[in-house]
Amino acid sequence: MTKVFIGAAAGFAGDRSDAGVPVVDALAAFSGPRFLMFETLAERTLALCQLERRQNPQRGYSPALERMLPPVLAQCLASGTRIVGNFGAANPPAAADRIADMARSLGLRAPRIAVVEGDDIATKLSPGDLAAREIGGSSLAQRPEIISANAYLGAQPIAQALDQDADIVVTGRVADSALALGPLLHAFRWRADDWDRLAAGTLAGHLLECGAQVTGGYFADPGYKDVPDLATVGYPIAEINQDGEIVITKPVGTGGVVDRLTVVEQLLYEIHDPSAYLAPDVILDLTDVDVAEIGKDRVCVSGARGKPAPETLKATVCFDSGLLGEAEISYAGANAPARAQLAADTVRERLRKRVPRLEVRIDAIGIVSVLGAGRGPADFRQAQANDVRLRFAAQSTDAGEIEMLLDEVEALYCAGPAGGAGVRRRITPRLASASCLIERSYAQPRVTMKGVRA
Amino acid sequence: MTRTVRLQDIANARTGDKGNRLNVALVCRNPADYAAVAAQLTAERVAGAFAARKPSRVVRYDLPKLAAFNFVLDDVLEGGVNASVGLDGHGKSLSFLVLDMTIEIAGDVPRRARETGTIAPGRSS
Repeated sequence: MTKVFIGAAAGFAGDRSDAGVPVVDALAAFSGPRFLMFETLAERTLALCQLERRQNPQRGYSPALERMLPPVLAQCLASGTRIVGNFGAANPPAAADRIADMARSLGLRAPRIAVVEGDDIATKLSPGDLAAREIGGSSLAQRPEIISANAYLGAQPIAQALDQDADIVVTGRVADSALALGPLLHAFRWRADDWDRLAAGTLAGHLLECGAQVTGGYFADPGYKDVPDLATVGYPIAEINQDGEIVITKPVGTGGVVDRLTVVEQLLYEIHDPSAYLAPDVILDLTDVDVAEIGKDRVCVSGARGKPAPETLKATVCFDSGLLGEAEISYAGANAPARAQLAADTVRERLRKRVPRLEVRIDAIGIVSVLGAGRGPADFRQAQANDVRLRFAAQSTDAGEIEMLLDEVEALYCAGPAGGAGVRRRITPRLASASCLIERSYAQPRVTMKGVRA
Repeated sequence: MTRTVRLQDIANARTGDKGNRLNVALVCRNPADYAAVAAQLTAERVAGAFAARKPSRVVRYDLPKLAAFNFVLDDVLEGGVNASVGLDGHGKSLSFLVLDMTIEIAGDVPRRARETGTIAPGRSS
């Protein structure tokens, strides 16, 4: 029975740029349809790209493609491994142009590049329309301006693009799992209401979409969950057959591990109700899935069930939410916790008078920070520590307030407790996001071909 | 005869986020431990481990075929990754709040963390 091979070269925009190389080498050795997927579009990445596009109409695609494509492009084109990626972000046509340029400058043949658009709904629904469709909150109410609004498209336009012989499919916002389901719809001609197979393809995409998270990344816990050669962890390859049975594996000779536990951890990653994982093309039910180790670094996943696709599509809306200000200072050596406490109290007292509205969070890294309130002493002086890094953070739409906080922390150098060291300060523009459910008619996918075979 | 084990000794956990909602997947390394975890690791107990974050709702979904559970906790991420001013808006580290919890299991033989494959034997509990 024919198998389709899908490798994943990126699980997020900040992923390793060389991750795809062993995957593409392994794919080249298989016979059968082969695809390489890139997931590079976190919620706010798309809004950042939209802001960039406003500055320059030729930009607005994910900058990750500049790092991630050059290492694999030649081998993909030579071996017939077709690329599907959401690195088009806010400007898929510009991404296609950039990839065409890249191929030219690498001396490669001109790839056939398909562009999938239609996810951008910001011009179709007003901020008020979007607010009326918000789920899980009301952060869009009374918000006159938004930065981006994008629906999660499904796998059909990706399949159409591949049907038109695209070597590379560039999308904006699509469901991450559609990056794998699209190639499967194309290769196996599954019907749009073959719910169990669509569910299996969605599951394959879900297992692949975070790259190394299924092959030993985000997993290792020395002494409890050891992973060999994490530095060369292999990114995953899924082998899928016509019936939707999936084998997850990774390139021979790479680090990492694929076993029941790495697969089940990723199977449930970002899942809420396991009987109803909503995707644009199908509702996936994971409750009857079987996960079986069938060889070294080979795990078979079967039994996905599907229910008819939801009537609405999910959309993510991003808007400006001001500035995040952060400043840090260290106290080390004997009595460090008491000096850190004095520094925190000093900054609080000064800000109470100068910017009483500003809510400031103070972490004592080394005593209590990540796990937060209730997990450490309320008073740092009770802690056993001699190397403490204080972190002050606040968010505001008023840059002056944020500067005031950062200035107060920096002033601790001369006017604070003994030995205050290593101040670092940073201001980051903040984008918040909200989710909406929209009618499908607002997000009609369009597929266009940008390049032609040389 | 029973003994007390930390969940880190017998199970894996991984968190994922969507907005201000966190999920914690817990997978028994040995499926034989599933029943004991199911009986003892209630949604209420997990809510207790997250009490400082004031979850508005905690639901446990059971996946017996996978020897796994999925806990879904609402409103525990300080607004989520795009709103939190804390250091872990994704809640990536929060699986370890669950792994630090204990349950009682039958028997008195310490078990290795990983028992098969190429993985180095783990620490006994």
